[in-house]
Amino acid sequence: MLGKLTIDALPFYSGIAMAGALTVVCVALGVVAFITRLGRWRYLWTEWLTSLDHKKIGIMYVTLALVMLVRGVIDALLIRTQQAFAFEPNGYLPPDHFDQIFTSHATIMMFFVAMPFVLGLLNIVVPQQIGARRVAFPFMNSAGLWLTVSGAGLVMISLVIGKFSTAYWTAYPPQSGVQFNPGVGVDYWIWAVLLSSVGSLLTGINFLVTIVKRRAPGMRLMMMPLFTWAALCTSILIIFAYPALIVAATLLGLDRQLGMHFFTGLQGGGNVANYVSLFWIWGHPHVYILILPAFGIYSEVVATFSGRKLSGYAPLIYSTAAITVLSLVVWLHHFFTLGSGADVNAFFGSAAPLIAVPTIVTIAAWLLTMYRGRVQFSVPMLFTLGFIVTFLVGGISGFLFAVAPASIHDTTFRVAHFHNLLIPGALFGYFAGYQYWFPKAFGFRLDEKWGRRAFWCWIVGFCLAFMPLYVLGLMGMPQRLNRTNVADWQPYLILAQCGVLFILCGIVFLAVQIAVSIRDRAMLAVPGGDPWNARTLEWATASPPAAYNFAVVPEVHGIDPWWTMKQETANHERPRFRDIVMPGNSSAGIALGATSFVFAFAMIWQIWWLAAIGGLSVFAAVLSQTFHDRVGRRIPASEVEAIESRRAGSDALAVGVPT
Amino acid sequence: MTDAVVTANNGDEIEAEAARRAIEEKTYGFWIGLTSDAIVFALLCAIFVAMAHGTADGPAGDTLFRLPRIFAQTVLLLASSATFGFAGVAIAAGRSRRAVLWLGVTFLLGLGFISAEIAELYSMAAADAGPSRSGYLSAFFTLIGTYGAHVSVGLVWIVLLGCEVGLRGITPFATSRVYRLGLFWHFLVIVWINIFSLVYLPGLL
Ligand code: HEM
Repeated sequence: MLGKLTIDALPFYSGIAMAGALTVVCVALGVVAFITRLGRWRYLWTEWLTSLDHKKIGIMYVTLALVMLVRGVIDALLIRTQQAFAFEPNGYLPPDHFDQIFTSHATIMMFFVAMPFVLGLLNIVVPQQIGARRVAFPFMNSAGLWLTVSGAGLVMISLVIGKFSTAYWTAYPPQSGVQFNPGVGVDYWIWAVLLSSVGSLLTGINFLVTIVKRRAPGMRLMMMPLFTWAALCTSILIIFAYPALIVAATLLGLDRQLGMHFFTGLQGGGNVANYVSLFWIWGHPHVYILILPAFGIYSEVVATFSGRKLSGYAPLIYSTAAITVLSLVVWLHHFFTLGSGADVNAFFGSAAPLIAVPTIVTIAAWLLTMYRGRVQFSVPMLFTLGFIVTFLVGGISGFLFAVAPASIHDTTFRVAHFHNLLIPGALFGYFAGYQYWFPKAFGFRLDEKWGRRAFWCWIVGFCLAFMPLYVLGLMGMPQRLNRTNVADWQPYLILAQCGVLFILCGIVFLAVQIAVSIRDRAMLAVPGGDPWNARTLEWATASPPAAYNFAVVPEVHGIDPWWTMKQETANHERPRFRDIVMPGNSSAGIALGATSFVFAFAMIWQIWWLAAIGGLSVFAAVLSQTFHDRVGRRIPASEVEAIESRRAGSDALAVGVPT
Repeated sequence: MTDAVVTANNGDEIEAEAARRAIEEKTYGFWIGLTSDAIVFALLCAIFVAMAHGTADGPAGDTLFRLPRIFAQTVLLLASSATFGFAGVAIAAGRSRRAVLWLGVTFLLGLGFISAEIAELYSMAAADAGPSRSGYLSAFFTLIGTYGAHVSVGLVWIVLLGCEVGLRGITPFATSRVYRLGLFWHFLVIVWINIFSLVYLPGLL
């Protein structure tokens, strides 16, 4: 009746796992109770959960990323604590439990922090940057979000019911095969990855089409803001890379569930190298899927807070494109060497120097912009500068890595190196974007003081947590250790532990920053809608924007169109408003997420009747959305006019350009 | 919160424009979706080729494949591509009954293909050459199974669109849907030609 699901699935085996499970359950119940007490379910449902508005979908994506970030960092703390104090007999975590935490840290950070953060910022910003009223496929957007959420839900529920994978985030066979991992852990991993991959793929397609087809009249490709360029390249990479991950995870599942022999054992004719190739066909471009948007954000932030046009706009674009093309070349390379044994270190090694050239060009362009402009050291700018400094270290270590003897390849040197790529190179960028565009999304700024505090905690914490790992790597400490036996390592591990505590403070301060900013929102309000005196088109809309973004679609004649508009304020005549058709609401997106969650859960636990119900409801959810001829909800011109004149009234200070 | 409904003879300029644009974007997006799908097939084919020797001393293509059956499957599929073309022509000519008829024929041909394929896979599995026999067979079953799943989705889709055209007539939306289904269907035929030459031909020769 319930497949493999029995009472033993509850985490009675360990106090720590129990505590984790109880925390998840209590927080979830707490949130439900809180919303019920406020009586806000209906509001939540109509305004958010079923919304097809790209700005709201973006905000939900970012919220997911921040929530999962907390989980990911707590996992990191547990890993660090174990390694720091597991000298002599055991430490506090049994190996099996340690490996679960290890796997979930990396899985969560990659699929449920970094990806949703990127896609969320894309959603909030890109349509406005290109002067569009909406994305090309609003429903697909919502479907992408809810599939990702349901994947994250699977990882979270694995804390409570059953266990998570112990095969690390790469899930290489044979550790991820049934012999070594007979439980449901790897199946949780497979389904979480599948759901979120499909979600990301849908969103990637959506943004490619949006950017190609929905730019404002006059905006040529070489006039697009750099973040939009990054979004375009990222979407292309998503479309090429994610199918490989979907195939890899599916074949792994077939090996496990149907006893196939893709990767298992020589006697079956399988070949582990095929998995490795498939995984890195995705994994390699994925690094740039995460990094390119961050670079795009840094470009926007540098231009705005230097108060001038980006120096080297074209070289910046060529660099972005070059990085994309190089990733695709590596993609192709893995494709053709499939089956002949992949060289995974090519990923960490040879690509780094190759990518270095466009990266250096990019950083030089930013420095030049700052040098020629007047720099304002706001929080987004701090994250940018922090990135530039730490990334130089990361770049040097990348070179070292490429030339160094293979003996450091599987040490903590690698761990330090790729965290150096991913924390300053990706996460800091998202933080910068989050601080920069927060007023865009909500109409008030984030508190500066707490923002600075959070920044300093992050940067200090990052250096403390990962610089010792470079040293440890050179001393020969292997990665993925669940206990250590060398006394010399311990001081460094304790130092790294302190770093994680700083990072934890950074997270707490980010939370405090939100609370303080909500309290002081009147003081932090941005009536003109353009608090940073910015340059690109997304600041031409109200903050927060009306559902339709632009009452009158702007014409674009060059880069930084909003800056140009602000210069020619003469145009005060009232525009003629027209009806606007916008996508309405749809509950099919969230229904798709919920039913796919049920389906995946049933497949994991082999509850076949439930899987059948879940599968059919997924089909029904998709169907309900596919066959209708509605183009959306019509907002009459009179309503548009009312909204716009209210806005004009409320920001007498704002520049009088009809947006 | 009322949804504006676009009908075929809508005089409203804004909505007609929005509808036209939506259709154009969907077609473009569909092409891109097909690209991703093509990559999935390419990967599965590459895996199959990479595992060509992983037979684990079990049976391989030269003993398993039967030329008449493959030939019949291919003919059915090519014919269905043609009949789908006729359905498209009928839609363009505004003749919904005829379109439904051709869609029906396409469906039957596709169904014939799927039945032949299931029979093939079943007979192999029954002869101790199932997907868990060897890596080679795992790759074969997965590739062909994925292909069959795509065709089945196409069949369900044909039924749904046939109903739509039959019941609601030929609207701009219905036309565009049939067009995209056509892209999908012809795409599958192209994939089949690749599978035929990569998978079956080496085994038969
Ligand atoms: C925010 C602070 C973070 C801390 C303190 C942290 C800490 C750690 C630690 C201690 C490990 C285990 C290393 C080992 O001994 O092998 C680890 C692994 C990993 N982390 Fe992080 N991490 C952080 C953020 C991130 C982010 C943002 C990402 C990705 C976007 C990430 C991705 C990974 C991956 C993929 C692994 C797995 C490495 C492997 O399987 O060998 N981490 N992290």
